[in-house]
Amino acid sequence: MLAYVTRRLWQTIPTLLGVVLLVFFLFTWVGGDPAYLLAGKISNPEQIENIRRQLGVDRPYHVQLWIFIQQIATGDFGESWATNEKVSSIFATRLGPSLTVLVPLLVVDTLLALAAAMLVAYVRGSLTDRMVMIGCTVGQSISILVYIIVFQYVFAYQLGWFPVQGWGKGLAENLFRFSLLPIIVGVIVSLAPDTRLYRSFFLDEINQDYVRTARAKGMSETRVMWVHVLRNASIPIITNVMIQLPGLLAGAFLIERFFSIPGVGREVILAVERSDFPVIKAVTIYVAIATMIINLIADLLYRVVDPRVQLK
Amino acid sequence: MTRAAALAIGVQRAESPGLWILAWRRFCRDRVGLASFLIVVFFFGLMTASGLHLIAADWSKEVGVNYAPPTFMGPEIPDRSLAAPESHGERAGEANPFDPLAGVLAEIRAASGAASVAEAQAPTLVFGGDRWGRDVLQKTIKGTETSMFVGLVAALLAAFLATVFGALAGYYGGWIDDFFNWFYSVFTSIPYLLLILAIAAVLNQKGTLTVILILGLTGWTGIFRLVRAEYLKHKVREYIQAADAIGASHARRMFVHILPNVSHVILVQLSLHVVLFIKSEVVLSFLGFGVGVDTVSWGSMLNEAQSELILGYWWQLAAATLAMALLVTGFSLFTDALRDALDPKLK
Repeated sequence: MLAYVTRRLWQTIPTLLGVVLLVFFLFTWVGGDPAYLLAGKISNPEQIENIRRQLGVDRPYHVQLWIFIQQIATGDFGESWATNEKVSSIFATRLGPSLTVLVPLLVVDTLLALAAAMLVAYVRGSLTDRMVMIGCTVGQSISILVYIIVFQYVFAYQLGWFPVQGWGKGLAENLFRFSLLPIIVGVIVSLAPDTRLYRSFFLDEINQDYVRTARAKGMSETRVMWVHVLRNASIPIITNVMIQLPGLLAGAFLIERFFSIPGVGREVILAVERSDFPVIKAVTIYVAIATMIINLIADLLYRVVDPRVQLK
Repeated sequence: MTRAAALAIGVQRAESPGLWILAWRRFCRDRVGLASFLIVVFFFGLMTASGLHLIAADWSKEVGVNYAPPTFMGPEIPDRSLAAPESHGERAGEANPFDPLAGVLAEIRAASGAASVAEAQAPTLVFGGDRWGRDVLQKTIKGTETSMFVGLVAALLAAFLATVFGALAGYYGGWIDDFFNWFYSVFTSIPYLLLILAIAAVLNQKGTLTVILILGLTGWTGIFRLVRAEYLKHKVREYIQAADAIGASHARRMFVHILPNVSHVILVQLSLHVVLFIKSEVVLSFLGFGVGVDTVSWGSMLNEAQSELILGYWWQLAAATLAMALLVTGFSLFTDALRDALDPKLK
């Protein structure tokens, strides 16, 4: 186990290096000279030269790359170009609101989708199954933007059940007042694709021999479905949930923007609007690192769920 | 025809229909698939006609009054039209006698007034008007053209990259395979939307071509994985050994012999990615990182619709949503039918 984890961590180094190179390439070559972006309209050559020196972009590329790697290792990406706030403190203060919305969202969505998928998989081919599947297809075809716009308009603006947007101080106020509508919208948007996906995982298992054996032994349907089928279908389900985890750190871009939640996602959109490179660079690198770690945890979880899985 | 020709020269040969003909026959039996295919064809027609300026060519003309309601609702009660921001601006301008731009404004107003007197502005439009009185129906058609074009071309670009990368990686194996797998893992370790936004940030310019490049250059990973797996499977088969024996080059084996045998996988993925990219384009354009300001897409329409809805003008939102939902549903069902038709083993 330990040997496996060590080897996997060792293997992520080339990938991590690739991500660093990709981000460096994007922001150094494609992004153009940041001094011009920063100096803006009132640019004289001296000023631009000055900014270039401050940012270190007048130095050779390999020196810049080394500075970038040092920044990643120390977590010190300097200050935001737009607000002069330290990038590390941006990350620290924006992560809380993102997680307040996204963790309940992911939990509620996964549980509801599992229950719905199991139900329709159990009555597969019936009218209920077909109606739910058609509903999912149509629901999925509507843009997430429309859900947010309409829900915000109807439930917050017209009916006044929720605040239209905003963010408070305490966790309880944020979670039960400001996050409720964003969570509801998020669940509705992700419920349709997840139900469809999980249903197909359950259908793969439901016709297997071991299910028939379990029934022949006289097991209750609840036990067959919730213990035998669920455990066997859980490997692809874990994969799907794990894929969504790195997104928690990157925040929910659209939901945070619409509901003015001061999270990482909104910060990234603001940074893209202002060409605030240090913030985007930092978020991209750290989310990529988190993705790799989460992938490793997912592989370890497979082993816990299914002892037949060999860690190689 | 070939059968007739074969009979004519008197050769007894049992012709069996090919993969594509069989797939087409299976597809025709699928009624849902056929209906969705018609929807997709309809949208293709719409896109082509709009692209050739046959329809919706003058979508940017201000043919109606501001926020003209749809015809089936009847014209708006006059006092509500004061809510339009333009009328506020004009009244404020007239109220201020020290306005330094008053003279210039008056001139502009006279010029535009002279132009707009010639064409009377309709009180209602077929599916309503937007803030400037442009026909929402025509705008939707134009938006369909933009969004669909972006989705299609970006999907073609992504499929092309994925096919070339996947063919090289799967066929050659070894360090080439390692290299492309490394490339793949680099791209997939950054969440999709974050990667798109990062690239949008560095490109820092709007436009249809930019969106296509962003989506196409980042979206090849899923298709690559499948194409590579197919090439791994096919390169050891007998027909490739036979091709090697008759002296076919590597490139020929890859793209003339194997490619037709994996093309159904690519086709289904292509269709799947068109939908994905249309959705992404809408989000990008909505956020303002997508198509330019002089182009209309479903995303930019939804962006306008957001503030319109608060004033009670819902038709632009409804038009963009309906058009998109119809195309996306149609395309998704079409993709499912296509997959079923091309892979008889699945059923």
